[in-house]
Amino acid sequence: MAGVALSYLRALNRALGDEMDRDPAVCLFGEDVGLGVSGLTGGLQRRFGADRVVDMPLSEQAFTSMATGAALCGQRPVVEFQIPSLLFLTLEQIANQAHKFSLMTGGQCSVPVTYVVPGSGSRAGWAGQHSDHPYGMFAHLGIKTVVPSSAVDAYGLLVSAIRDPDPVVVFAPAGVMATRDVQTAPLRPVPLGVGRVRREGTDVTVVAIGHLVPAALEVAGRLAAEASIEVFDPRTLHPFDWAGLRASLERTGRLVVVDDSNRSCGIGAEVLATVAEEMTLRAPPKRVTRPDGAVLPYAAVLDRAVQPDADDLEAAVRAVLK
Amino acid sequence: MTRAASLYRTMRLVRRFEERAIDLVTAGEIVGGIHPYIGQEAVAAGVCAALRRTDVITSTHRGHGHVLAKGADPGRMMAELAGRTTGLNRGRGGSMHAADLSLGILGANGIVGAGGAIAVGAAWAARRSGSDRVAVSFFGDGALNQGVLLEAFNLARLWSLPVVFVCENNGYATTLPVDASTAGAVLGRAAGFALPAVRVDGMDAEAVLDAAADAVRRARSGGGPAFLECVTYRFRGHHTNEAGKAATYRTEEEIAGWRARDPLLVQGARLPADVRAGLDAEVEEAVAAAVAYALAGPVPLAADALDHLYADGLVPRGKVVA
Repeated sequence: MAGVALSYLRALNRALGDEMDRDPAVCLFGEDVGLGVSGLTGGLQRRFGADRVVDMPLSEQAFTSMATGAALCGQRPVVEFQIPSLLFLTLEQIANQAHKFSLMTGGQCSVPVTYVVPGSGSRAGWAGQHSDHPYGMFAHLGIKTVVPSSAVDAYGLLVSAIRDPDPVVVFAPAGVMATRDVQTAPLRPVPLGVGRVRREGTDVTVVAIGHLVPAALEVAGRLAAEASIEVFDPRTLHPFDWAGLRASLERTGRLVVVDDSNRSCGIGAEVLATVAEEMTLRAPPKRVTRPDGAVLPYAAVLDRAVQPDADDLEAAVRAVLK
Repeated sequence: MTRAASLYRTMRLVRRFEERAIDLVTAGEIVGGIHPYIGQEAVAAGVCAALRRTDVITSTHRGHGHVLAKGADPGRMMAELAGRTTGLNRGRGGSMHAADLSLGILGANGIVGAGGAIAVGAAWAARRSGSDRVAVSFFGDGALNQGVLLEAFNLARLWSLPVVFVCENNGYATTLPVDASTAGAVLGRAAGFALPAVRVDGMDAEAVLDAAADAVRRARSGGGPAFLECVTYRFRGHHTNEAGKAATYRTEEEIAGWRARDPLLVQGARLPADVRAGLDAEVEEAVAAAVAYALAGPVPLAADALDHLYADGLVPRGKVVA
C-alpha cells in the first residue's frame, strides 16, 4: 500500500475502535472519555454508546476495580488514566487485586483488563504529580507492561494488550504522542514480549524505551560516521524479549540502556543485571536514566534536566566505545 | 427441607466447619490461621438463601461463611485451607482468597472494603449482558472507612446497578470499636448515597433472609442497589492468632451477652428437636468427610509454585537463571 501518515494518538484511537468493533465484550472506562479530552477516545462514545464508553466520576480506585469485576463476568474493559500518577492511586486495585486473581484462584479466572496512560512521563510543565513514568514498577510487579515507541507499534501493541487474558498496562509516552509513522502495510497486532531492532548496527546496542527510541535513532544518526549503533526497542518490558536482546548483543558486544525512569531498581537496572549474569559484553555497560528517586520539578529547565536526552545518551555511547 | 431448617443447616455447617478448621490450625494443618466467622453465621446464611446459583458475591478476609453458604463444597473448601491441590483454588489462595467462580463466588479478599467495587463491576457486566444476575458485596463495619467502598456506593446508586451491599457490623474493626472508628451512623453512609437501607438483627437468620430477599428482588427487577446493616458479633478473636494474647478490647460480659443470642440457638429454637438433631448429625458427617477429604489431598509440588500466575501460561524467570 502507498504510505499513509498515521499519528500515534490516532493509532491508539483506531486500535480501540477496531477492537470494540471486533469484540462486543470490549468496553471503555475513564474520565472524560465521552469527549475524548486526552484524544485517545475521541468519537468512540458516539460510535459505541455511553453505556459502553463510560464517563466515570473521579473515583479511580472504584472504577479500576469495577473493571476487574466486569472482567470476571465476561467483559473486557479498557481503563484510561489521563495522568500516569493515577497508577499510584490505583496500585492496590491493579497490583494487589486484578493481577493476583489468576494465581490466587488457582487459574479459575483471568482478568483481561487493559490500562492505558496516554501521555506518560513529562508533558513539560506539568510538574511533580503528573510526570512520572512508572513502567519499571509494573514490570517489577510482574504485570504485563507495554511502552510503544511508534504509531504502528502503538496500534499493534494496544490490540494485543486488549486481546490478552491478563491485565496489561500500556504506557503511551507524552514524548511520542505527537509523532507520526508512515504506514506502509495494513495495521496488525504486535505480539507482547517481542522487541524490535529499529536500526541495525555492529558496535553498540542501545536499548531505548518509549519516546527515547526516536532519541536513540537520532544519536545513531549523529554518530554514524564514528560508530555503528544498533537500536533495540523492547516494546514490552514484561515479559521482556531477552532472546532478542541477546541476539543484538552477540552482534555488538556493547550496551547502553536509556530509560526515562528513576535509576535505582528501574528497568535499566534490570537490563544491566540480566546482561551481566547471562550474556557477554566487551566493555562495561552504561545506563542513562532519571536520577535516583527523582521528582520532576516544574520549571522547564529543571524538568528537562531530570530527563535523559539525546546528549546524555551520546555521551554514554561514546563512553562505552572507548 | 423447610426454609427454617435450611437456614439452620447452613449455619450449623459453617459453625462446625470453622470449629474443625480451628482444630486444624492448632494441629498445624492450616498454616496461616483463619479469621473465624463464628457468631455471624446468620448473615451469610440469610443473605445467600436469597440468592440464585448464578448470582455473584464478593467476600472478605472473614469469608468462610459466605463461601460455604453460597454453595461451595466443604471438602474442597477445607482442602483449600489446608493448602492442597484438591482445594477450591488448588491450594493457591487459602482462607483469605477462597473462590469458586462456577458458583459466582468471586473470592474472599484480603483487603478490607476491596470487594465493593468488584461487585459493582459484576453488576454492571450483568446489566450490560442482559442478565438478571444480582451481585452482593459483604464487608464489615471497618470497611465503612475505606474510600474505595464509598466510591463504589456512589457508582452503584448513580447507575442503579443490581448490587446489594451487606455490612456485617460486628462492632469491631480488628480491635477498634465501631464508635471509635466511624463518625455518624452506619446507615448514614448509605443515606449519603441515597441507597435504600435497612438495619436488621444479624443474629436472626430469618430476619436477615427477609431483608435480603426484599433487596435482591428489587435489584433483580431493575430497582437498583440496596444496603443492609446486619448487627452481629464474632464470638472469637479477630484471627486465630489472637488466642493466647491479652485481647482486652472486649469484656467477658459483652461476649457472654452476645453468646446468649447465638444465631444457632435462635434458629434452632424454631425447629422441632428431632429435626435439629437430624441436621446436626448430617452436618457432623459432612464436616468429618470434608476434613478427611482435605487431609487426603496432595500438597502442591514446589516446582509448580507460580502455576496460574498468567492466564496465557507465560512462565516467568525463576529465582536463579542458569
